[in-house]
Amino acid sequence: MELERLFRELAPDVDFCSLRYESERSESLHVRQDVPLPVGSDADVGAMVTVIDKGGLGYAATPDLSRSGLERALRRAADWAKATAGHGVTDFSAIEMPHPTGSYATPVEKAWDSLDLASKVDMLVAESKRLKTDDRVVDWQVGLDYNHRETVYLTSEGGKVEQSFDFMVPGIDVTAHADGETISRSLGGRGACRQGGLEVLDAVRFREVGPELVEDALALLSAPPCPSGDMDLVLAPDQMILQVHESIGHPLELDRILGDERNYAGRSFVTLDMFGSFRYGSDLLNITHDPSRPFQFASYAFDDEGSASEREYLIQNGILVRALGGCVSQHRAGVPGVANSRASSWNRPPIDRMANVNLEPGTSSLEEMIGSVENGVYMKTNTSWSIDDSRNKFQFGCEWGQRIENGRLTHLVKKPNYRGISRTFWRNLAAVGNEDTLEVLGTPNCGKGEPSQAARAGHAAPACLFRDTAVFGGE
Amino acid sequence: MRDHFYDLVEAQNSTLLSDEVLLASFRGENSDFFRLNGGKVRQAGSVSQHGVGLQLIRGEKTARTAVELTLDSAADRALVRSAMEKLRKSLEFVPADPHLHYETVPTSTEVVKEDQLPTAESVLAKTVSAVSGLDFVGSYASGSMVYGFANSLGQRNWHQSHSFILDWSLYHVEDRAVKASYSGFEWKDEEFQQRLESARSDLEVMKRDPMTIEPGKYRVYLAPDAVAEFVGTMSWSAFGVRSQKTKQSSLRRLAEGEAQFDPQVTVMENTADGLGPGFQREGFLKPDAVTLIRDGKIGDPLVSARSAKEYGIASNGADPWEGPVSFDMAPGELPKGEVLARLGTGLYVNNLWYMNYSDRDSCRMTGMTRFATFWVEDGKVVAPVKVMRFDESAYRVLGEELEGMTREREMIAASEAYGGRSPQSFRVPGVLVRAFEFTL
Repeated sequence: MELERLFRELAPDVDFCSLRYESERSESLHVRQDVPLPVGSDADVGAMVTVIDKGGLGYAATPDLSRSGLERALRRAADWAKATAGHGVTDFSAIEMPHPTGSYATPVEKAWDSLDLASKVDMLVAESKRLKTDDRVVDWQVGLDYNHRETVYLTSEGGKVEQSFDFMVPGIDVTAHADGETISRSLGGRGACRQGGLEVLDAVRFREVGPELVEDALALLSAPPCPSGDMDLVLAPDQMILQVHESIGHPLELDRILGDERNYAGRSFVTLDMFGSFRYGSDLLNITHDPSRPFQFASYAFDDEGSASEREYLIQNGILVRALGGCVSQHRAGVPGVANSRASSWNRPPIDRMANVNLEPGTSSLEEMIGSVENGVYMKTNTSWSIDDSRNKFQFGCEWGQRIENGRLTHLVKKPNYRGISRTFWRNLAAVGNEDTLEVLGTPNCGKGEPSQAARAGHAAPACLFRDTAVFGGE
Repeated sequence: MRDHFYDLVEAQNSTLLSDEVLLASFRGENSDFFRLNGGKVRQAGSVSQHGVGLQLIRGEKTARTAVELTLDSAADRALVRSAMEKLRKSLEFVPADPHLHYETVPTSTEVVKEDQLPTAESVLAKTVSAVSGLDFVGSYASGSMVYGFANSLGQRNWHQSHSFILDWSLYHVEDRAVKASYSGFEWKDEEFQQRLESARSDLEVMKRDPMTIEPGKYRVYLAPDAVAEFVGTMSWSAFGVRSQKTKQSSLRRLAEGEAQFDPQVTVMENTADGLGPGFQREGFLKPDAVTLIRDGKIGDPLVSARSAKEYGIASNGADPWEGPVSFDMAPGELPKGEVLARLGTGLYVNNLWYMNYSDRDSCRMTGMTRFATFWVEDGKVVAPVKVMRFDESAYRVLGEELEGMTREREMIAASEAYGGRSPQSFRVPGVLVRAFEFTL
């Protein structure tokens, strides 16, 4: 390609130089209250060049991919490398940056373009029209966000990686109101996102769940508030993914442990000496970082600094074994990590980001877990999340709750919340659901970094049972 | 850049069919960034990005697209031409939009602020030198921020400024730190030194043995940064007419007259004194100010173009998401110098963090203390307090439990830069609260 030829010709004589090209096409189709919103389609193209020289590091990002544009960007990155030499958190020239070759493409069964625009809009309108079944339904919306992203990563030593991704984020939201109370239900709290084509819609039951969500919202309107007290808690996968994301994924990110994020996204209670010995959770807790899982939201073959991805255990039988950090952080920290140095787009530099962080399934059926609870609540679908800057004290809220009494599911409860402290909570993990309870989900907008970046993360999780958790409801 | 954008629109105007209208918006920046950890550089670089949004309207049909520009005249004309062809094709497939609404009376405006910024490399050198020996963590962002609008009806709007923000924390150990920032349009070494010195002085208190407090209700002073976080979360869905009409506003009870805040509380979307542009993407101009809460009671909602058509009311220039960009909370009467004495015994909270709703209907929000929170006894700072989780309703904090608000306010520029640098700002006082509930 012309860009590769230009890069190889113009790359300066420095310790390391790379170019990351990204082209992203986005289409956004939404229907609110049966009325299609204006169709949106965006095209975003640009490249970031990175220069490491004499210990310094600099980057420059530009949408101008002409010879002169690339020359300017390389010069600017080299200027920054010079300005930062001797002032870095590490000697960047001492890092062995990868020079990989390879490729990746999202497996797609039914391409986005195989259905024309009018058919897609008609399909969304049809789904929307199934939602206003009661006067108490005051707002409703269905949507599909699709992104096709192509990246090329080139290094000064001949590295070349080409990757192509297709992302789907389907959404359904229903809001009901009566007697001074508003209740919303959604398709997985925007967690029903995957790589792939239109086949994702069937995988997440997009055409089935709408009426169920309406029924839920209406039933919750007249449900009693979630009770308060220490009790057992069963969490469905569409809440488990946020629990894993916030209280396992983020604390294991090496850049947080190294302190880079202390001014914004926060630090971590995890310290480098904990790897290999720290009991993070009960024996039932097994967490992997697996960017190789087909169709999962954050799958790839190489991260944005060229490291090849592999499935790795982060926590095995409850013991912390590996960190989430790319090659730069691994060099600085001196502990093994994973290939997760990732950027949100061409205009942001890579930082340590969890990709697919999964809780491996156990052996319990959902019925067995519920049957083992005398006094508890079963919660589904995240609606609220908050955790302290060291990733200890968390609080989550869910859209849907149901009481468990004497081993049986009884009545619905509204506005269920729970709070706890990460290590105590995970050590109270009493049962992990089997494959039948597992769902492959994700989150499309994980914020972190200076300058800020919103990244895609994938999470697969089964339903799980936790003992003695502080549960409570609304006002 | 302005002429380049206008030329691109002009070139397309001549290709429009008789029943077509083109709305074009522009957002660009040339930004320099560096981030430090322990006073050392983790990353430094520059980003040039300039995107144009195009909305083509034919009768009651419309479609939107956005493309990244290269700033090369010929290349960008080709990009925009291609994008317009795709939009025309899309219009064949989309139904009429009953809520389509845009400004049809052209009013052109221009705001261009002079570039007074030093080079980012010089700020980096000064910062690295000034923070030597300190565990300084933070980031710097600077450069131009440009917003534009143009349509085929002849309207032209341009807003160009050059700003910076240095947002940092000084750490003692673990999570014991103080937070500070310095932002504006012109960098002054003395002001940076003063702010750094002030943070260094506050850090001395963080070196005292930290206290652990039990969950429960405490008298609390929320400093302006903490107030900005509190009202920022409250604003996610509070003030838009769409969220109010569909019962999803976090201030639904206020909007429907079931509840009210203390009469001291007045909140405005104050575009005139903010950092953002005075226009939006459908061409509507923003008034200087919209009063969102007046003397504790609901004021006017933010109305986007789409909502204006949907609900049959006039737009007040709100962006499509109908949230405040230039949040302005009126001051109170409590002199800042008397805050500790008036607090007496309780918590002085500089920063809140990671807030979210625990019961949106009641505008009850949870979050954490972060950075410098101090235990105060008899008006004197005693010790830092370990981080605590709170869960409180805005109706209590700004209503029945509100004791006072400071006479002085702070202008807090958002440091976030998702996709691009943010124009959002908060001008808020500190708030003294009789009882504020901590839960964990």
